[in-house]
Amino acid sequence: MRKVYREISEIAGNVITVLATGVGNGELATVTAPGFGSLAQVIRIMGDHVSLQVFSGTRGIPTDAEVRFLNEQLRTPYADALLGRVFDGGGRPRDGRPALDGDLIPIVTPPVNPAKRIIPRNMIRTGIPMIDIFNSLVESQKLPIFSVAGEPYNPLLARIALNAEVDIIVLGGMGLKFDDYLYFRDTLEGEGALSRSVLYVHTAADSVVECLLVPDTCLAVAEQFALEGKRVLVLLTDMSNFADALKEVAITMEQIPSTRGYPGDLYSQLAARYEKAVDFEGAGSVTVLAVTTMPGDDVTHPIPDNTGYITEGQFYLRNGRIEPFGSLSRLKQQVNARTRDDHRTIMNTMIQLYAAYKESLEKQSMGFRMSAWDHKLLKYGALFERRLMDLSVNIPLEEALDLGWQILADCFEPQETGIQTSLCERFMPSSSDEELAAACALDAPAVSPAG
Amino acid sequence: MSARSGRVIGVNGNLVTVEFDETVSQNEVAYVTQGDVRLVAEVLRVRGHYADIQVFESTAGVQAGDRVEFTGELLSVELGPGLLAQVFDGLQNPLNVIAEEHGFFLPRGQQVDALRRDTTWEFTPKATPGDRVRAGDTLGVVTEGMFEHRIMVPFATEGVVTVAEVASDGACTVTDRVAALEGPGGARHEVRMMQTWPVRRPIRCYAERLMPTDQLVTKQRILDTFFPVAKGGTFCIPGPFGAGKTVLQQLTSRHADVDIVIVAACGERAGEVVETLREFPVLTDPRTGRSLMERTVIICNTSSMPVAAREASVYTAVTIAEYYRQMGLQVLLLADSTSRWAQALREMSGRLEEIPGEEAFPAYLESVIAAFYERAGCVRLHDGSTGSVTIGGTVSPAGGDFEEPVTQSTLKVVGAFHGLSQRRADARRYPAIDPLDSWSKYPSLVPEHDLKMARQVLTKGHEVEEMMKVVEEEGTSMADFIVYLKAEYLDAVYLQQDAFDPVDGATSGDRQRHVFAQMAQVLAAPVDFPDKNAARGFFQSLTQTTRDWNTTAMDDEQFEALQRRLSDMLCEVTGDA
Repeated sequence: MRKVYREISEIAGNVITVLATGVGNGELATVTAPGFGSLAQVIRIMGDHVSLQVFSGTRGIPTDAEVRFLNEQLRTPYADALLGRVFDGGGRPRDGRPALDGDLIPIVTPPVNPAKRIIPRNMIRTGIPMIDIFNSLVESQKLPIFSVAGEPYNPLLARIALNAEVDIIVLGGMGLKFDDYLYFRDTLEGEGALSRSVLYVHTAADSVVECLLVPDTCLAVAEQFALEGKRVLVLLTDMSNFADALKEVAITMEQIPSTRGYPGDLYSQLAARYEKAVDFEGAGSVTVLAVTTMPGDDVTHPIPDNTGYITEGQFYLRNGRIEPFGSLSRLKQQVNARTRDDHRTIMNTMIQLYAAYKESLEKQSMGFRMSAWDHKLLKYGALFERRLMDLSVNIPLEEALDLGWQILADCFEPQETGIQTSLCERFMPSSSDEELAAACALDAPAVSPAG
Repeated sequence: MSARSGRVIGVNGNLVTVEFDETVSQNEVAYVTQGDVRLVAEVLRVRGHYADIQVFESTAGVQAGDRVEFTGELLSVELGPGLLAQVFDGLQNPLNVIAEEHGFFLPRGQQVDALRRDTTWEFTPKATPGDRVRAGDTLGVVTEGMFEHRIMVPFATEGVVTVAEVASDGACTVTDRVAALEGPGGARHEVRMMQTWPVRRPIRCYAERLMPTDQLVTKQRILDTFFPVAKGGTFCIPGPFGAGKTVLQQLTSRHADVDIVIVAACGERAGEVVETLREFPVLTDPRTGRSLMERTVIICNTSSMPVAAREASVYTAVTIAEYYRQMGLQVLLLADSTSRWAQALREMSGRLEEIPGEEAFPAYLESVIAAFYERAGCVRLHDGSTGSVTIGGTVSPAGGDFEEPVTQSTLKVVGAFHGLSQRRADARRYPAIDPLDSWSKYPSLVPEHDLKMARQVLTKGHEVEEMMKVVEEEGTSMADFIVYLKAEYLDAVYLQQDAFDPVDGATSGDRQRHVFAQMAQVLAAPVDFPDKNAARGFFQSLTQTTRDWNTTAMDDEQFEALQRRLSDMLCEVTGDA
């Protein structure tokens, strides 16, 4: 049954209100007028007043535009032929190739039954020691990268995508700069990964409402691939734009805002997306990595704050490095017991000592005299930052662990590390590396005897 | 008798406005029907001939004109044998049964019986005809796992009634009639094994409420020694994300010294529930030697499941907890996280266009939170036995700021506050409970005198640490520096605990008393050193040896040897003084 109406009673922001009956919540409609055409979705019904959000914006809509209800929910084509393709937020091809013929799948799917999930068990190796040793990425994890504008979060995302052993990469761009879109496309293509990728890119120039569709579309497609047994990595950049689009629509709808103008259901909205990350019992998995730019580098801003409560940890990207403090992978304990016996110990000890280094550094900057212990810590911190934290370091986990022991041995006596005696005996190298010692002498202050 | 009904006239998210013809009652359950899909809803507000109802599922596709049926019943749960080891959603649908029928996803409009109708239980009568009984009295028992599950006089029964009939020994299903009761006017009531009870109404079939005094041992040293919880008490764990709230709750759910644990995963990550769900069946409860799952009920309404059902889930959980308390059992309810529940209230309040309070939370937030925690308690039942419900809720304050409304409302009503600190979490000092800010009103398992000294050392140590940031190590007196090192030592080997070490992960009450006595010796010892490096070196070695001791089982021969070595080390440095 098709229903056509021509009486728009209200236009505000991206939302129009039509007098109509027999319409379902969430139903799709087309809005057409001379020189105008767009899809729209029902977001509120009150009697015969039906409010719709118009995907391409309301600019130019006349009050007698034709609103045709389609009696269906939002869907997107799904086929193996998606791989290698690029679409815009509304699902239209962006790569100049013809639209896709495939089964249409709904982009909003019901939640997964927790009883059918399994405990994640596979580590995704990235070659980045700050991730592999300290905060291992795990298949089916959902992790945001907290960052400020200007940090190299997109290159980091791309690098993880290329290193990660997954079957399919789904990239969702929200409010992406056109250059960034080209960067992703060219990087994936250059490394031969485009053929196992599908991109949904909403650029900053496109309509705000279409931004809202990108995560859902990406995750629906990813979920479908996962149900067919594929291991899928979904990259979303940038979720802050998605949250801002939610805010824009909520305010247009005159909803009571909670914190800083964001709608009260921001947590639930974000959770509905992130929770699509899943390891299916007897099928594939969906892993989600999403960039969240923090306005003003403020982690208590509602977007990063709500995100942190939803995701299984977070990576802080600051000054081009993944910060050891605050960064956390909640699932690392699932995998790092089975890598190597010293993995957890190295992970904890090195961070504890690094925290102590930061304190010494603070004392030094205040002009205090450094004790012998402070000097040891300063040497350690400098080595740690240069040899392990630098984002350009690309080595396998085992090599990184050995390097960790080497750095500890170069700076401390075994009992100063607080590591169990048995592990020290097994793993700690006895003599220090000459080259390393020479290298650190350059940028660490000279070690003076007891002070 | 025709069912009362109405028609949908408005849809706004999960709030549906219904026009009705006859009557509706506040908070009664209604169904929005679309073909054969029936969406559960609850009446929240009535205005003239319009009722606002909150739908517990997605309202996609709901149209103006859809039929709404009112049931006249309040939102209720089924209580009876077969609850233990189950995983329910917020409305008590068993997730395993849904998984068998529908696979990976949770379809809309599915209502499944919470208790299996086909399982039989061996009923043993305990009452005889002619007995005068009250609501909550035992009529018979069945064996549910390791517990004697009481079949009780329905909680809704008023006054004293007479037992007219009791079934004899035999296998029954939950819907089988096991007894009949006769009221004052001669009215007969049939009693089945299963009864239903409205979740928002506390079960109060006990003689009196008692002061919670027995300690609930969680095997986390910092909790049991410094910030203890009593059986029947309440506690909250607020903390910013990443500080370890959920890990702490999972540890508590494993090791807590109680009969039954109810885990309410309320609006949090599905992955965390899955860990409990998959691991508990294969973990053994050291108290009983049986699977941990046999003493656990999981109510799981994770963040991507419908928001309105999240609000209901904590009530479902506490009602089940109260039900087992009626059997004289010690029950622990862990709610993770009460902030998500408060947010669900906020979302609904916003849709109802109520005037918002602080941070857009509704004005009644405080009273709702207080009423929830008040359902905890230690009670003496009519038969003289005691039971308890202990409630522990995590709070996820926005921005990690404890000044926000949910944390503040919770702090007013709980008996212990386990505040998690970002600073400690960053320094990987787990459990990241702040030893200076947290508090508890319940008694500890170690001597008060030692505890007081330990707290003083921690406080003083912190002061010295802060002072050293200004006057540096050199400007600090040796005595102060030693206090600082002692505080750091206590922190490193006692407050911190390695959750993943099989021995260190769970420290029994006995061991805590034993180890803490040793700690008290160290803290009280008049140690002296020639210089600060020597002092630091000594405490570093002492820390390492104590860590080795912490990871050695008490019945291991090394245990005593290590303790001797610790005492010897201490003797050496006190000799000089």
